[in-house]
Amino acid sequence: MIVRTRIDASESTGYCVGSTRRQFVKTTSVAAAAIAGLAAVPSAARAAAHSALPLSPSLGDPDIKALAQVALDAARGAGATYADVRFAHNRTQLLFTREQRVQGLTDNETRGFGVRAIVNGAWGFAASREISRDEVARVARQAAAQARANSGTLVRPVVLAPVTPTPDGTWRTPIEIDPFSIAIEDKVGLLLAANAAALKGGARFVNSNMFFLREEKSFASTDGSFIVQTIYRTQPSMTMTAVSSDMSDFQTRATNEIAPMGRGYEHVRDARLVENAARWAEEAVQKLSAKPVEVGRYDLVLDPWHLWLTIHESVAHPTELDRAMGYEANYAGTSFVAPPDAVLGKLKFGSSLMNIRGDRDQPGSLSAVGWDDEGVRPERFDIVKNGIFVDYQTTREQAVWLADYYKKSNRAVRSHGCSYGQSWADVQFQRMPNVSLLPGEKDLSWDDLIAATDKGIAIMGDGSFSIDQQRYNAQFGGQLAYEIKGGKIVGMLKDVAYQMRTPEFWGALDMIGGQKSYRLGGAFGDAKGQPSQSNAISHGCVPSRFRGVNVINTGRKA
Amino acid sequence: MSELRSLLESARYLSREECEALAKRALGFITTADAARVNITSGSRGNTRFAVNQVSTGGDNFDTAVTVTAYAGRRSASSTTNQLDDPGLQQAMATAERLAKLAPEDPEFMAELEPMQYQAGRNWSEATAALDPQGRADAVRAITAPAKQAGLISTGYLDARAGATSVANSKGLFAYSRSTASALTTTVRTPDGSGSGWAGAAHHDWARVDAASLGARAAEKARHSRNPGAIEPGRYTVVFEPTAVGNLVQFIAGALTARAADEGRSFFSKPGGGNKIGAKVVDERVTILSDPFDADVAGAPFTSEGLPTQRSVWIENGIVKTLNYDRYWAQKKSVTPTASGGSLKMNGGTTSLDEMIASTQRGLLVTRFWYLRPVDQRTILYTGLTRDGTFLIERGKITRAVKNLRFNDSPVFMLNNLEALGTPVRVSASEDGGPGQAIVVPPIKVRDFNFTSLSDAV
Repeated sequence: MIVRTRIDASESTGYCVGSTRRQFVKTTSVAAAAIAGLAAVPSAARAAAHSALPLSPSLGDPDIKALAQVALDAARGAGATYADVRFAHNRTQLLFTREQRVQGLTDNETRGFGVRAIVNGAWGFAASREISRDEVARVARQAAAQARANSGTLVRPVVLAPVTPTPDGTWRTPIEIDPFSIAIEDKVGLLLAANAAALKGGARFVNSNMFFLREEKSFASTDGSFIVQTIYRTQPSMTMTAVSSDMSDFQTRATNEIAPMGRGYEHVRDARLVENAARWAEEAVQKLSAKPVEVGRYDLVLDPWHLWLTIHESVAHPTELDRAMGYEANYAGTSFVAPPDAVLGKLKFGSSLMNIRGDRDQPGSLSAVGWDDEGVRPERFDIVKNGIFVDYQTTREQAVWLADYYKKSNRAVRSHGCSYGQSWADVQFQRMPNVSLLPGEKDLSWDDLIAATDKGIAIMGDGSFSIDQQRYNAQFGGQLAYEIKGGKIVGMLKDVAYQMRTPEFWGALDMIGGQKSYRLGGAFGDAKGQPSQSNAISHGCVPSRFRGVNVINTGRKA
Repeated sequence: MSELRSLLESARYLSREECEALAKRALGFITTADAARVNITSGSRGNTRFAVNQVSTGGDNFDTAVTVTAYAGRRSASSTTNQLDDPGLQQAMATAERLAKLAPEDPEFMAELEPMQYQAGRNWSEATAALDPQGRADAVRAITAPAKQAGLISTGYLDARAGATSVANSKGLFAYSRSTASALTTTVRTPDGSGSGWAGAAHHDWARVDAASLGARAAEKARHSRNPGAIEPGRYTVVFEPTAVGNLVQFIAGALTARAADEGRSFFSKPGGGNKIGAKVVDERVTILSDPFDADVAGAPFTSEGLPTQRSVWIENGIVKTLNYDRYWAQKKSVTPTASGGSLKMNGGTTSLDEMIASTQRGLLVTRFWYLRPVDQRTILYTGLTRDGTFLIERGKITRAVKNLRFNDSPVFMLNNLEALGTPVRVSASEDGGPGQAIVVPPIKVRDFNFTSLSDAV
């Protein structure tokens, strides 16, 4: 599920609706964590950084390697049959503005480590900010002791799928421009110029933000791996608010066509905020006088900036294996794609145009890494093939649960590389990789889909969203909606949301764009687990058409 | 066991003296700033998860973070670090000072506060601070063992935190407060996957959380919710259990920002301009307030700026009494800043849940809601679904389990269509099962709640 924290229109007494910190907050570090999707991190463990600091000591240096060995030895000495340790150094920077004012300018840093251990077939985990020889050994013993305490209720001991150790791995997000190398004045200047353009374009209010993350993490395990990775994430964003002259109505337009990405400052440059701001503002103003939608069934033409979220909620979440097995029942929920032996290779998820793939290597994607957080090199894998469900997202522990299916289909019992922990203070577990809808074979574009549609609604950008705990019943809104008549867009609509039942919705997919129309959407705030952890993922997709979907009108009078 | 206990240290957090020393050290690194503030958060957090009747994962962590805010005239910036040695703090101050000088002048600049007096916080519990992994595992076993014995599948989460927050500034202001928080939630399902029940509790005092009774309640709901039947979506009379009320009423609190109201972008904006203070917005039996010094909903005694928190009555007898004013907006509007501390309490009535059911010809009983997201800020309209215990009421009795339903409605409309209120209780109404905001609400009965579709999810 996606958890978003509003920082616009709620500043100083910002009440974080949708956040796990439901309390009145003010500090900019809280806002920083919120926009980073890190609101679930214990406040003291919030990710972050110093722009003035050189990255030292580098996590790849011999001292860290030696400390990692101390952790692994201490865990083994305390009875662990398996242990891993992650050292992390996160730097983040957040700038947020409204109109001509900088509301927050914050630079954050956090360092620490976490140790995970198996004793008697049960997991334990402990973490600390204090990176010293004694503390590393103490925390490793604490993780082992906790595993021992947890083994008291054990029914099924943990078994890990084999992994090929990587004794000396390094990986780095390929970026053009390090966002921490750009002067603050330039960043502030860009946001304020974009705001000015939005106000000129008719917005009454405008908020704009930039967020940057650099995470260095070193992983070591008793299997013999030692891996150092550096990950970058960047998101510029804006929200325009238009208010009617009599103060009886207001409408917003958020720029979700600028997805958060695993890129550097080049992503900010390419977003062209100043050039686009006036148009976005005009669209917010247009929404004030848009025609309220008439309820009914329509053919929906959805753009990638909208569809990524529908894929995230209705396809990516239900194909997480821990959910299907009941492990997330108390929060995220279970899955309609269950039980595994009844659905693998059998369940018809959608029409034959539907091909869904998991990966952690698409350039610019948020999930891209060299190795996951248990030292597995991720692979591309099919989740839905020609409309049939064929595989789940897995970790080392989970791949073993599907051993029979993999053996039957002549495949190795191997993790797909979906282990992730949001920070050094949080235990890693199964998180979705990039989960994407593959383009169609025909070279169709957004315009081709509109032209082929007689009575429909085109929806651009994601809006409101909600789905049940087994991922059957969902409701989605958008940023902009347009009426399609006779193959043409004839005007703007407002108060549009569609309700769907997942298999019927994907079964109604009858037209999709080609490779040229493929785009990456995504989010920082994918929440799962208890304590809730925030994952960052991209979902690639193409413009797509769904026939006869139920549309409701969400407008009411106060 | 004794060796184990020595390894599993109880809560770690910085004392008042340690925070004072740390803040003093950080402020000592000011070189160019005209003023500076230091915010410290420190604490341990332990959790134990269980799934399929056994502990699945757990964790303990300890951290301290220091945020330094530096001012250069009307310019400011912040830097956060968890490196507490001199070079770490010096670096944080230098970064904040450097960024502050690069920031534009803030037209809404508010000077740091002078030293203030604070009441002692009321949200610390030794029982919570002393809860260790073994204690957590024991509490979990009080749910998993009976569930296993009954042939049911229990899953859940226990979260316990103990920590300290502190604010200090270069004008000599210093505030320190310890707090604890805990929550235990469980979802119990039937093995055939046709029934699911939930129960949960949250309190700063772990001694107030009864694991065994939560497990029993969730198990009972799971058994009764088996094989739910379909009903037509539409407008129903609904009896909401307190958790469901908490799930929705907190969104009213989320919309209370005075500035957004005055700017015309809130439910609390008045058409034509201004805000709805003084206007009746819900049934006259409804009063909603925040009180950081009420033991049931205790919160922080000061804000991150060091402003003392106080009781705030938002809605009294259905009428908006005040909205949330930050220091800048309060000054601009010549009112006192709000500083409410963030908890929420709604008053109740004398009708019991059983009486609400007994007086219902045809309606629904809702245990709780799930995946609540805003649809329209103009009316605080939300969508979401019922979950883990939705039942049909016919002629004054619960007759059967029904499938979950999606609604599109607003807590404001809900509190206008009020039929009856019961005794307020503390609930666990956070989405993720963490301690969340302290919320006390009653069960209520409401007419014409708007369900728009049916879900097959159990």
